[in-house]
Amino acid sequence: MAESTLAAYRAVLGSRVRSQVAYRASFAADLLANVGTGVSEFATIYVVFSRATTLGGLDVWQACLVFALANVTFALADLLLGHVDDLPTAIRTGTLDALLLRPLPVLAQLTTSDVSLKRLGRVAIGVVVLVVAWPHTGVALDARALALLAGALCGGTAVFGAVFVVAGALQFWLLDGREAVNSITYGGVTAAQYPASLYSGALRWLFCYLVPAAFVAYLPVLALLGEPGPAGLPAWLGWFCPVAAAVAWGVALLLWRAGVRHYTGSGS
Amino acid sequence: MPVYPALAAAGFRRWSTYRAATAAGALTNSVFGALKAAVLTGTVGTAGTVAGYDAAQAATFAWVTQALLAPVSVFADDEVARRVRTGDIAFDLARPVDPQLAAWATDLGRAAYTLLPRGLPPLLAGLLLTGLALPATPAPYALGAVGTALGVSVSFAARWLVNLTAFWLTEVRGVLLLYTVLATLLTGLTLPVAWFPGWLQALAAATPFPSMLQTPVDLLLARATGADALRLVATQLGWLAALLLGGRVLLAAGARRLVVQGG
Repeated sequence: MAESTLAAYRAVLGSRVRSQVAYRASFAADLLANVGTGVSEFATIYVVFSRATTLGGLDVWQACLVFALANVTFALADLLLGHVDDLPTAIRTGTLDALLLRPLPVLAQLTTSDVSLKRLGRVAIGVVVLVVAWPHTGVALDARALALLAGALCGGTAVFGAVFVVAGALQFWLLDGREAVNSITYGGVTAAQYPASLYSGALRWLFCYLVPAAFVAYLPVLALLGEPGPAGLPAWLGWFCPVAAAVAWGVALLLWRAGVRHYTGSGS
Repeated sequence: MPVYPALAAAGFRRWSTYRAATAAGALTNSVFGALKAAVLTGTVGTAGTVAGYDAAQAATFAWVTQALLAPVSVFADDEVARRVRTGDIAFDLARPVDPQLAAWATDLGRAAYTLLPRGLPPLLAGLLLTGLALPATPAPYALGAVGTALGVSVSFAARWLVNLTAFWLTEVRGVLLLYTVLATLLTGLTLPVAWFPGWLQALAAATPFPSMLQTPVDLLLARATGADALRLVATQLGWLAALLLGGRVLLAAGARRLVVQGG
């Protein structure tokens, strides 16, 4: 059974991937626009550092590492799970009822319903920034650095994946208020792109602990640099991105299950 | 009621029905305002001022742009492109009202509705979190109101024009996303245009984007007064005329291409 399920997923995923590249011009425009999104986000960093030498205690290359980690992980999570936030459409049009009838988990079906390859454009921008900035930061590419980097990349992708699932689950209750969850999804990646030392009060609480955005990029970069970190955010937390991801997924799956149970059908 | 004011009123009423969506949008605008204010004041940092903005003014810029984001509608929607793709645009062409003026009136109604419920929460959040550095005399507010109405109109005219490329491209998702990407940066939504390096300021000035958001904010916060303010308003009027005319030409050309399938 497990093998046939896996084969089914492979077939579905393969068809999704092929369907996206079938319309070449449209795919190229989408890809270009996604590269543009990454470039435009990076332009903010560029403009900021044309006016200031440090931001939140980081210099331009260190800030570039934070930007790169946040963007690569968010874009990968968006590629895999981003469309879960289309759930209100699936509920309104009644397609969710069809998914519920099939003998596969709804979340798994939604996950494979659209793997947006165009997001690779934004991944590419992040990788380029990472590769260009790294030598300038003076961080040795040793086993310790690689371990931190791997933890941040895998953990960060998982953190944002969990955030997308939470955002999706909340929409079982928030149907008409779907834009509110942009606060934690797009707000999360925006927050993760900058040194968390900039945030204070409720904002720090929201994007360091409630949505663990600081764990994705800022804290691992501090650990990479051997910096102590601001008050309340010690740099050793940078090693705990995978732990933050595990906790986030625990919350996300519980919330998702509660959401599916809460769902009563669209009546359409 | 004459037809265009009636359409504006309909636009106002249509948007006023989505109360939960409006509240959700206002919440998100406020959260992003807080993030933006943190980054902008962090940039000003110990330098004191950046391009004439001190920390309080930089934070105010963040909150006011978030307040005007929804009325100006910086991000492109695909409403008209969808009507072109499905052929519904034929109905708009057949009606006894001008399609462009009708859409403009409806969009002004939409903007008027979103102004308070989407604009006040970010300003209130700003007042509580960082404080707002607002002018104390009435003139900037009057100029700001004119600038905002023109900014909304310029934004409408540009979005309408970009949507009409659907006559030739059919699938315009990529084009609209590209528009949104450019608009996000060049309208001054993320950072004040005055902070850009020279070449990027020149690039922005060659587009209508700063007229949509940066200009209303400059007028409202009294960053531009007297002759400067009049020059900005004149620039807005120039872009508005050019974009409306461009939209008319594109619609006429598209309408000639349009083949409505029977059914």
